[in-house]
Order: sequence, then structure tokens, then C-alpha cells
Amino acid sequence: MRRWFYLLPIVVFGLMAAGFYVGLGIDSNVLPSALINEEAPTFDLPPLPGSDKGFSSADLQGHVSLVNTFASWCGPCRMEHPVLNALAARKQVPIYGINYKDTGEAANGWIKSLGDPYTRIGMDSGRVGIDWGVYGVPETFIVDKTGHIRYKHVGPLSEADIDDKIMPLVAKLQK
Amino acid sequence: MTPLSLRGAHGATKQSRAAVKSIATSLLRCARKEVVKLAACLAILLGLCGPAHAVRPDEMLADPVLEARARDIGKELRCLVCRNQSIDDSEADLAHDLRVLVRDRLKAGDTNRQAIDYIRARYGDFVLLKPPFEVATWLLWGGPALVLLIGGLGIARYLRRRSGLTDPPPLSPDEKRRLADMLDTGAER
Repeated sequence: MRRWFYLLPIVVFGLMAAGFYVGLGIDSNVLPSALINEEAPTFDLPPLPGSDKGFSSADLQGHVSLVNTFASWCGPCRMEHPVLNALAARKQVPIYGINYKDTGEAANGWIKSLGDPYTRIGMDSGRVGIDWGVYGVPETFIVDKTGHIRYKHVGPLSEADIDDKIMPLVAKLQK
Repeated sequence: MTPLSLRGAHGATKQSRAAVKSIATSLLRCARKEVVKLAACLAILLGLCGPAHAVRPDEMLADPVLEARARDIGKELRCLVCRNQSIDDSEADLAHDLRVLVRDRLKAGDTNRQAIDYIRARYGDFVLLKPPFEVATWLLWGGPALVLLIGGLGIARYLRRRSGLTDPPPLSPDEKRRLADMLDTGAER
């Protein structure tokens, strides 16, 4: 009993050190989504000017989809865009775009100069973004066949993210 | 008359000494001649130091009761862009959108709880500046009480053990004599 008592500080230190070590690995910029495994919100967003392909929640039914929020004013989105273009070229999963708090003109200029990986694009003034729990762009969601959100990626997608996280889950959900 | 604090400042250059001296003199002059003005300045400055509200006039509701409720809610919701500010204190775009959303919910007839839950359903518990008490947070809320309990048990144990100790039995005449001998020899040395 006595001996055990003297070991207690070491045990407490060990537990705290382990806790802090785990805490070091947590990226505090990435907040967990409250919507994982929830049904995607209901919305109907208008298309970019000159297009007739707006984006509504009905588009998400019946197949696995990626939903990507982007904006022409968003620096990291520019970094992410080539990755989305490459993913779209593989034609394995449709990518839907939510153009977040942007102008039609700027968004059209963005698509024209950087390429268009999106199956459909809806323009959002911010309210639909809130329904998706978006707190910054870019954010990317994986939605399953039944329209439920299964995964959320915060920040720009890299090729490694696509290969290690996005596509394995998409393939699993497509089965 | 040199202020006391400056006398020991051998390392200070002449310039900085002069600067400090001039500030000190002007303060003194101010204190002598313009006490009232200084007090007024302070009052204004302190008035400006209040909590910084980012709520914009165009967001505010005409109904003061609803607006007051919106302020109560806004204080409890975290701005997810700046993290440690409430949406009422934050200038971020998202905070603005959330403030407007809260007001829309209130206008639509939501109670404060319903309006908060509406946002919580989208952003999770993290959006609440005050975490709820639940299974995942019991250690957070109960931690201080737990530490107090452990400390209290330790103190109780210590006190109990100490009170168990009795005074040693008095010395026998023989022991007293031996002690006196020892002390005597010690004194002789």
C-alpha cells in the first residue's frame, strides 16, 4: 500500500504526458462536424449566370457524391482546384460545387481560367453553408446514396487526401 | 527635485533620463493644473474600454425585447472562425451571418433554447461557449470537485494519523539522571 502510494505521482505524470502527447497530434483548426451520418440539408441553389445547372438536395439522391464549397476569393481553393480537376477526370464520383458568398461574375471567371470539375454548381449567399455546418472554405463532404453525410474534410484537398481518405470511403459507399 | 526612481538609474542614457524626466514633470504639471481635465480624459478612455460589440446597427431588431434576447443568445455562441470570441464580439463574416440567423429564428417565434439548438444542430457542441454537462464532459465539469475530494481525503488521512499519535511516556528517574549527566558532560566540553 505504502509503496504504491509513492508510485502515484509517476503514474499521474505518465497519464498526463500521454494525454498531452495525443493532444499534440490533434489539429485544432479542424472542427468535428455535427452532421456526420445525418441527412444532408434540404436546399435549392440557383446556377451561375449563363448556366442552367443549379444544385439542389434532390441531386444527391441515388449515388455517392462529393460536395465541395469554394469561392473565388479563397486562396486555399486555388491550391485545391487542380486536385479537383484531376479527380473529376477520373469520372469515378460526381463533384457538386457550392459557390460560397461569391459573385456570379467572379465565379464564372474562376471556372473559365482554372477549369470546371463540377457536375453542378449552386450559388449560396451563406445560409445553405450554415445548414451544412460550413465555417470556412474550402470544405468537402462525402454524401452516400441515401443522401446522408458520411465524411467532412476541412481545408484544401491534396492528392494524398484523395487517395488515402476520400476515394477509399467513396469506393466503400458505392458498393 | 529628481524622482526617487531615477536616482539609481546609472545605466540609463542621458536622453532617456531626460525623456522620463520630462514625462514626469508634465504629469506633475498636469496633476497640479489640470486635475479636472485629466479626470475627464480618464473617464472618456475608460468609457471606451467596454466590451467590444460587433453587432451592426443594420442587424438589430426594431423590437428591443427580441434584440435583448438575441444579445443573450449571441453571448453564448462561439464564432467558429475566431474560436474564442462570441458571435456578438466577432467581426467575422460568419459571425454576422449567425447573428442575422439568430434574429430570423427569434422573429419566426423560436424560444432562446430553440434558436441555440438550431445552430447547435449544424455546428455541434463546440459552438456553445459553455460546454453542456454530459457523458463526454463530466471530467471537465467534475474535475475541480474531484481534485478537491482527493485533496480532502488526503488531509483527512493525515489529520487522523496525527491525532492517533500520543505523547511519549514520561522519563523514569533513571533516564532523567542519565540525561542530566549527558547534558553536563556536553556543557563541560
